[in-house]
Amino acid sequence: MFDSFTFQAISMPAILLVFITSILLLLGRDWRWLIVALSLQYVGVFLLVMLSWPLEMAVVKVLTGWMAGAVLGVGVAIVPTSWKAEESSWPSGRWFKLLAAGLVTLVVVSSAPAIASWLPGVGLEIVLGSLILIGNGLLNLGLTNHPFRVTIGLLTLLAGFEILYAALQVSALVAGLLAGVNLSLALVGAFLILVPSMEAVD
Amino acid sequence: MNAPQVWILIPGISAITLFLLRRWYRSTVLAGVILTCLLALLARVLPIGKIIEIGPWTFQVDESFFVLGRRFFLENGDRPLLTMVYILAAFWFGAAYIARAGRMLVPLGLAVVALMTAALAVEPLLYAALFVEMAVLVSVPILLVPGKPLGRGILRFIILETIGMPFILFTEWMLTGVETSPGDITMVMRAAGILGLGFMFLLAILPFHTWVPMVAEDSHPYAVSFVLILLPWMIFLFGLGFLDRYTWLRSNEQVYELLRLAGVLMVLTGGIGAAFQRHLGRILGFAVILETGFTLLGAGIQGEAWLTFVLLFPRALAFGVWSLAMAYLWNQGQKMDYQNLQGIGRRMPVVTAAMVLAQFSLVGFPLLAGFPIKLVLWDQVAAQSGWQALFALLGSIGLFASALRSLVVFVTGPDDHPWKITESWQFLLLLGVGLAALLLAGLFPQLFLPSLISGLNAFSHLAP
Repeated sequence: MFDSFTFQAISMPAILLVFITSILLLLGRDWRWLIVALSLQYVGVFLLVMLSWPLEMAVVKVLTGWMAGAVLGVGVAIVPTSWKAEESSWPSGRWFKLLAAGLVTLVVVSSAPAIASWLPGVGLEIVLGSLILIGNGLLNLGLTNHPFRVTIGLLTLLAGFEILYAALQVSALVAGLLAGVNLSLALVGAFLILVPSMEAVD
Repeated sequence: MNAPQVWILIPGISAITLFLLRRWYRSTVLAGVILTCLLALLARVLPIGKIIEIGPWTFQVDESFFVLGRRFFLENGDRPLLTMVYILAAFWFGAAYIARAGRMLVPLGLAVVALMTAALAVEPLLYAALFVEMAVLVSVPILLVPGKPLGRGILRFIILETIGMPFILFTEWMLTGVETSPGDITMVMRAAGILGLGFMFLLAILPFHTWVPMVAEDSHPYAVSFVLILLPWMIFLFGLGFLDRYTWLRSNEQVYELLRLAGVLMVLTGGIGAAFQRHLGRILGFAVILETGFTLLGAGIQGEAWLTFVLLFPRALAFGVWSLAMAYLWNQGQKMDYQNLQGIGRRMPVVTAAMVLAQFSLVGFPLLAGFPIKLVLWDQVAAQSGWQALFALLGSIGLFASALRSLVVFVTGPDDHPWKITESWQFLLLLGVGLAALLLAGLFPQLFLPSLISGLNAFSHLAP
């Protein structure tokens, strides 16, 4: 079914999707919406990875991303108070974050062609999608101390890297290990959210 | 049966089992110690790739294990290294129960060891970065104290180590290109630059070192010293793998210059940082930075990579004794800043002596375990560059000043307060053995040096 489908045609919508979702992950205030945005972001990642990998391998990305989102969501749902503290301090820097995201986008758009020229055989659309996620992931990491947001930032950063790396390496073991890293990251993120409210034991 | 199954799969499966059984704390610690001792013993006596005859039975431990078409490979040359790794784990697990280092230490520590061994065994080398990242993530719960607010250090630890992984993966891909066209200088420079940056993140090299003292301040001292000794050392071994594999990297003089420069900066940062701290945990963190610097200095001396291996034993011993002594204070609910530690030497003289002597040993104080190795290292560094040796010495003086300052704080107190040993007998026994080992290793370095140097056999191009 997919043989006749031109994957290149979906690259622009996929780039738009990862761009919008990564901005939402930066600005969003409700953790539930953040999980939804993360899940949608992995759909974009899946579409971009599919430009380089066969469908059955690319689908691992979206499944892993959704599972990571679910694990993180469960972590916050168990201790909703951990998120309330974050929420109260959140709105103040919204415009600043939007401006910073705009600057990151400018840097990404201007540097993508040069980076694409370094990587033979990697299309500009892959580099662009990848750098958008890496840039906004790094921005997210630089602006927060909350384990939930830090984990989301790291997952975004890794997702960006995975898009680019998929174009360079096609390997089942790499796909499996990267899925393992993403899931471990989500588990650690959930543990970080839970640990302050856990009972101390000897 | 094959070697990767024995030294990766068995500890990996055991780690999961012990994690599920962690409710029975004492039993899991005991099982962890027995298993790591057994694996160290097997690494010592069991030849890989040769037919072994025991009575009527014959069997062979193969070198390779294939997963999804990729090979995990451990050979005879790796056995001394495996012995060192599992002895190190057994050493730390041995006192974990007494130190009350948390239920996560043994199961997850075992998983970290298995993952790092997998990182050293996997071929091609690029996959190792993914195992290192997983080991980092698995080590996080070891550092967390349930019920305690999350510190910023642990988040920085996860962030910086995770950022390091993509750099290494990219480098490996670029290095494949370099191998096919070694004359492409631009490609070589890019690959070397990205590789260096990746290891700066992974090894917490300046300016990415800030999380080390922060984590050491917030976490249980015994658990934190396990992670901060084992992880950087094994990541460093992973880095040595690159030097061993790529001739253009190994034969480039500038690579060694850069390693020494990074080493000097780390030693200075660690030493000066330690000298100005007022919190024992942070001092321990800066001492870790200083020791990472010495490892880099050792690696920066061409043809003398064995130095980085012999540093391990005195370092592990000193940090083991130091963190165990700190664990006693931690378990007593004692705050670790100088203000709250005044006069504790009168109540806990053995704990105090252990903390101070361990720092002296790391500095390279005569008669203690660190002295013979540091002496050789300073000598070798001075032969390369006088100012680098001078700065390395200055870093050590910084830690020495910190140890003296701690000593003054510990023994200063009201004159009417009598000196009295109040430590528990278990701690007295373990710290006594540790202190004796620090002294014996300093007096008879020939007892442990040869077996440590043989660890370098795993890197055939770097072995003496």
